[in-house]
Formats: sequence, structure tokens, C-alpha cells
Amino acid sequence: MGGIKKHKRKEPLIRIAKREGLSKPKTVALKVCATVLALVAGGLFIAAQGHNPFSVYFFMVKGALGTKMSFQETVKVAIPLLISSLGITLAFRMRFWNIGAEGQIIVGAIAASYFALYKNTMPHAVLMSVMALAAIVAGGIWAGIPAFFKSRFGTNETLLTLMFNYIAQYMIQYLREGPWKDPNALGFLQIARFSDNARLGSVLGIQAGWIVALLLTVAVYIYINFTKSGYELRVVGESENTARYAGMNVKRIMMRTMFISGAVCGLAGMLQASGTDRTLTDTVAGGVGFTAIIVAWLANLSAPMILVVTALFSILEKGISFIQSRFMISSAAAAVLQGIILFFVLGFEFFTRYRLVLRREAR
Amino acid sequence: MKKVSKILVLMLAVALAVSATACTVVQRGGNNPEQYSAKSDIKVGFIYIGSTSDKGYTYAHDQGAIYMQKELGLSDDQVIKKENVPEDGACEAAIKELIEAGCKIIFGTSFGYMNYMDELSKEYPDVIFSHCSGFKSNDTNFNNYFGRIYQARYLSGIAAGLKTKTNKIGYVGAYKIPEVVGGCDAFALGVQSVNPKAQVLFVETQTWYNPDLERKAAISLLDKGCDVIAQHQDTAMPQKAAEERGVWGVGYNADMTEEAPKAHLTAPIWNWGVYYKEAVQKVIDGTWKSENYFDGMKEGLVDISPLSANVAEGTQQKIDEARAKIISGEFDVFDGPIKDNTGKERVAKGSRLTDGEITSIDWFVENVKVQ
Repeated sequence: MGGIKKHKRKEPLIRIAKREGLSKPKTVALKVCATVLALVAGGLFIAAQGHNPFSVYFFMVKGALGTKMSFQETVKVAIPLLISSLGITLAFRMRFWNIGAEGQIIVGAIAASYFALYKNTMPHAVLMSVMALAAIVAGGIWAGIPAFFKSRFGTNETLLTLMFNYIAQYMIQYLREGPWKDPNALGFLQIARFSDNARLGSVLGIQAGWIVALLLTVAVYIYINFTKSGYELRVVGESENTARYAGMNVKRIMMRTMFISGAVCGLAGMLQASGTDRTLTDTVAGGVGFTAIIVAWLANLSAPMILVVTALFSILEKGISFIQSRFMISSAAAAVLQGIILFFVLGFEFFTRYRLVLRREAR
Repeated sequence: MKKVSKILVLMLAVALAVSATACTVVQRGGNNPEQYSAKSDIKVGFIYIGSTSDKGYTYAHDQGAIYMQKELGLSDDQVIKKENVPEDGACEAAIKELIEAGCKIIFGTSFGYMNYMDELSKEYPDVIFSHCSGFKSNDTNFNNYFGRIYQARYLSGIAAGLKTKTNKIGYVGAYKIPEVVGGCDAFALGVQSVNPKAQVLFVETQTWYNPDLERKAAISLLDKGCDVIAQHQDTAMPQKAAEERGVWGVGYNADMTEEAPKAHLTAPIWNWGVYYKEAVQKVIDGTWKSENYFDGMKEGLVDISPLSANVAEGTQQKIDEARAKIISGEFDVFDGPIKDNTGKERVAKGSRLTDGEITSIDWFVENVKVQ
């Protein structure tokens, strides 16, 4: 008796323990369970709003994929999300917490926009390549700075990359209100539209960025799994010391990987500005850099899974927007619905990695 | 596992490519403009920058949409609204969604939609694009609409001029663009007409919508001794700041008496429904033409909200006099002589600014001091 009492005092009722080697069917079962629960909870919320949940879900999918136009718009949502998720995955596999995709997208877009606005007389193919290259270099450098400080002085990369987002965001506002202000907008604060020559063309009715995104998915998959550099970054991610014992130059690997990670995100910025917005706006990243973190984790940092998760996220995003107007649900309620669905999916993700241990069970 | 993933990627890529190609086969159905006429099948779309519950700018537009729907007897699924649409590529997606839903006329209520509407109007010649507050249009299916809100601002200036005791009136403005500068001028001219000694202190926030900044800007003016706060902003925060100091305010967009009952005098307001009803009716009748719309108080598009109990004595009478003159056309706000705040004469005695001049004003009148 006394022993139990002692346990009661020392141990909390529920403990969180890391889950090891969860079997595949169990993982799948958990995920299915999460999705079903998310849909049920969301359905209750919809019903409480006075709508038929089945009909709302049906139109959510229809609004995202049902027609050619809606499919195209959904893919447009997916392009920057897919690319930046791939970008940060490279850093995450190295356990380098790059929270700065948002800023890297922005500086990529800014660098590309400089050529789109002021050097746009080059032949189209050359201009596109220059813009892409500028975005890649800018995004890479933007991500490289925190990597440099981390490898040199051991600074916290989470904080540094996060703060770099705000610098980038204010840079765009500065440009819009100052040097890049459109002189033909009667004093309104905006950056001029890109000329036709500086706009990325469409393939099959969707801006060509989707091809880049798919190619990058394959490229990132191969890079991580089948190249020497990819092997190195994985080893650094597992254990820096192991990497060092194996004679790897950890600092160099860190800088290189972050440069590539930022470069990929920067390219997403160029594609968004040139392909979708056709100008530079202060919403060019629009939170995509943060959503990418969720996508990357839900996909277990695997490139093919990122493609799947991005597709689902984009369908959710576009579908929610569609039902908002289709059923006259207020935009706030639509956001709540999106939140409920994400809450369950992310919440269950926790249970695939950890388990709750009851006090008695632990004994 | 690796093999499975690889196959999955391949399948997805192929599926994506195939579905995209398959989709291109389906052609966009052309709409014949003559088919608009049946009232029963017209669909109207709205793109809002904010939420309809903001009690300000978007709320005012939505009230107009509701009025139009009721007056024309349209059902709920004939009026489709997209809220919180940002001014980037996402607005194009929203517009395309409305087009696909069958909207024959689409109203975009924010300046930043202009270039997207301009480009889409060329791509979809059989849809009508109507854009609020911009300056672009074409001859066939793209117009812009706005109103003589400066007339209402002039009247609200009378209420402020009569109320102030310190002879300092604050004006919280979003940006120094013609719409805001001209609006402040009209307000200041209203102040001047009843109180030549009063000054209007203008401060710029660089945002349309930011409750915190709007409030701080109002406080900076209150600290300078202003005892009436007017605004060209989307929220009622400047009014609340005035109320906290025990002084007064003039709101904008909607009657803000509810938000600041002890401070609010009146507010210049929009009755967008007047335009929306007229425009949609014309589309139904098949008589819609691409003309830019710029109506005012006479047509009922703009007005001030009912004076609250806070106004000074005699305010109603002064305002009624001015209103009657504006409506009859005997007087308009920008009738000369008007000097700017550098002392230069901008409008000569006996002349009146044209609409084009009014919508491009970039100077402040005599009694405005920019902070």
C-alpha cells in the first residue's frame, strides 16, 4: 500500500512517452481515425451553422477540383506551398530549424522583381532565367546568413530565421512606399504591374511554376536520398559529432544546405510574383512559409509525401474559400472550420510520435 | 518503402498531367449578353477586402448589396460574396470563381483589385466588371464607381466646427492620396464655413485598417489639444480614443454612435445600395453601358448619419441649409475662392473644380495643418 502511495505522489496521472516503432497499420489507422474525427467535428460545426455537412463537404471538394478553372486555381495555391515545403525540408533533415521560408520567399520575389521592373527588355527566356537566378541567389543568401552565424557563433537559428522574416516583410513595404512606387497610380501605394515580357507563361492554363514544382519534388527526393551531399546533411541531422568523427566539415555542410534551402524558397517567391500575382505585393508570401512548416512535418520530411500533403492542403484552402460564398458562411466561420480540421489532423500526428502512459500502466 | 514512394510520385505526376490535359478539352461556355435580361437567372458577384462584420467599409458595401438584393427581389444564391480577398493573385482566383458560378456583373470594392479586373475584363468580354475607387475603365465591360463623399464630409465639418472649443480639430487619414486629401479639404471647408478660426490638424497613418495605429494617431492629435477627431479610416478606434478623453468625434463609413455614444457627432456615410440597385437593374434590362459613376448627395449615394445628441446647438439648422444648397446645385464644396495652405489661390472666385480636378486633389486647403 505504502509503495503505491509513494508512486502516486511522484508520478503524474498521465505521462507522455516517445513512441518507438509504431507499426505501419497502426499509423495508418491513427491517421484515418484523425481524418474521420476531423470531418465529424467539422460536420457538427457546419450543422450548428444550419447547413448540411455532406453537402458542404461535397462542394468543398467540387469547389477545389470540380471544374477546369477551380482545378487550375487550386494548383496555383499549391505551387509556392509545395516548393517552400521542399525547401525547408532540406534544412529540417539536418535538424536546422529554418522558420524563415516566409522571408526567403519574399527576398526571392524582390530580387526577381528588380529585373522584372527595371531590366525587362531582355529576351523573354533570358529574362525568366535571370529572374529565377536572382531569386535563387537572394533566397540562398538570406538563409545563408543565419547559417553563418549558427556555424560561427552558435546562435539560435530558429530565432534568427524568424526575425529575418520581418526584415524582409518591411523591405517590401519600404520599396512599395518609396523607390519602387508606381508613378502612374495617382499616389496609391503599389508597385507597377510586370510587363508581359516579365510574366511567366502558362502551360495547360496554369502558370508554368507547376512544372518547376514537380521537378523540384523529384530533385529534392534524389538529393536527400541518393547524393553524397544529401547523405552528409542527414548524418549532421542525426548527430553532429558522428559527422565530425567521420571527417565531415559540419560548418560547410550547414552553410551549403541552408543556401540550397533558402534558394528553393526564393524560387517560390519568383514564381508567385511573376506567375500568379504579376507584380510584387506585400502578400507575396502570405503565410505560405509558415504553412510549409506544417506540411513538411505532416509529410514526415519526405519529398513524395510533401506532394500529397500539399495537394490536400491546397484543396482544403480553395475548398473552404468556395463554400464560404456558396453557403454564405461568414469568413470567420470558414476559418474556424479550417482550424477544426487542422487541429484534429495535427493533434493525431502527436499520437503517432508519442503515447500517453497512465500511472498504473507505467508501474 | 522507397519503391512505394517513388511509384507514388510517378503516379501523381502522371495523374496531374493527365487531368490537366483532360481539362483543357472542356471549353469555356460563351455567354450571350442578350440572355442577361431574365431577372430570374442573373447572378451578381461581390469581392470584399474585409469582413462584412467590420462595421465600417466592407459593412457599408454589404449593406448596399443587401439593399440591392431586396429591392430587385433576387434570391440568396443569385448574390455571391467573397470576403477577405487580398489584393494579389488571390483576387483573380476569387473573380474567376464568381465567373464560373455564372455572375454577369462583378463588383470589386477595393482599389488594389483594379489591375486584375482590368486584365480579366479583356479575357472575359461577356462579364461586366465594376470597380470601386479606381481610375481605370474601358468602353465595353469595365467601369469604375465612386461618389461625392466630399459633400457629406463638408456637412460633417460644419458639426465639428460648431462643436470645437479649442479651435483645433484632428483628422486621422490613411494615406496622402487624392481621395483622402480631397476629403480632408472638404471637411476643413465645412469647418471654415461656420468657424473661420478653427484649424484642422491632419495626420497620416499609412494604413486603411489598423485599429491600434488609428487609435495612436488619434491620441497624438488629442495630445496637441484637438477636441474633435475626424477620420478617414476603417475602424471606430479614433472615435473611442476621443471618447476616453471626454471630447468629440466625427466617424466615417457607418454611424459610429453605437461605438462611441458620448463622443460621436455624425459620420459621412455611403449608401452603396443606390448604385448597386441601379447598376444591376440596368444589367437585367440590357441597358448597362460602361460609364464611370460619380453620384452624390442628390441621388442619395452619400449622406451623413443622423446627428447625435452630442452636437452643438444650431448644428442641424446650419447643416440643413448647406445640404439644401448642395442638393439644388446652387453650391458645391469646391466653389471658389479657395486657397491652399501655402496661401496660393487654387480656385478662383466664381469658378468650380471639375470632377477630374476633385478626384486628383493633392493640396490641402488654408486651414489644414499637416502634422
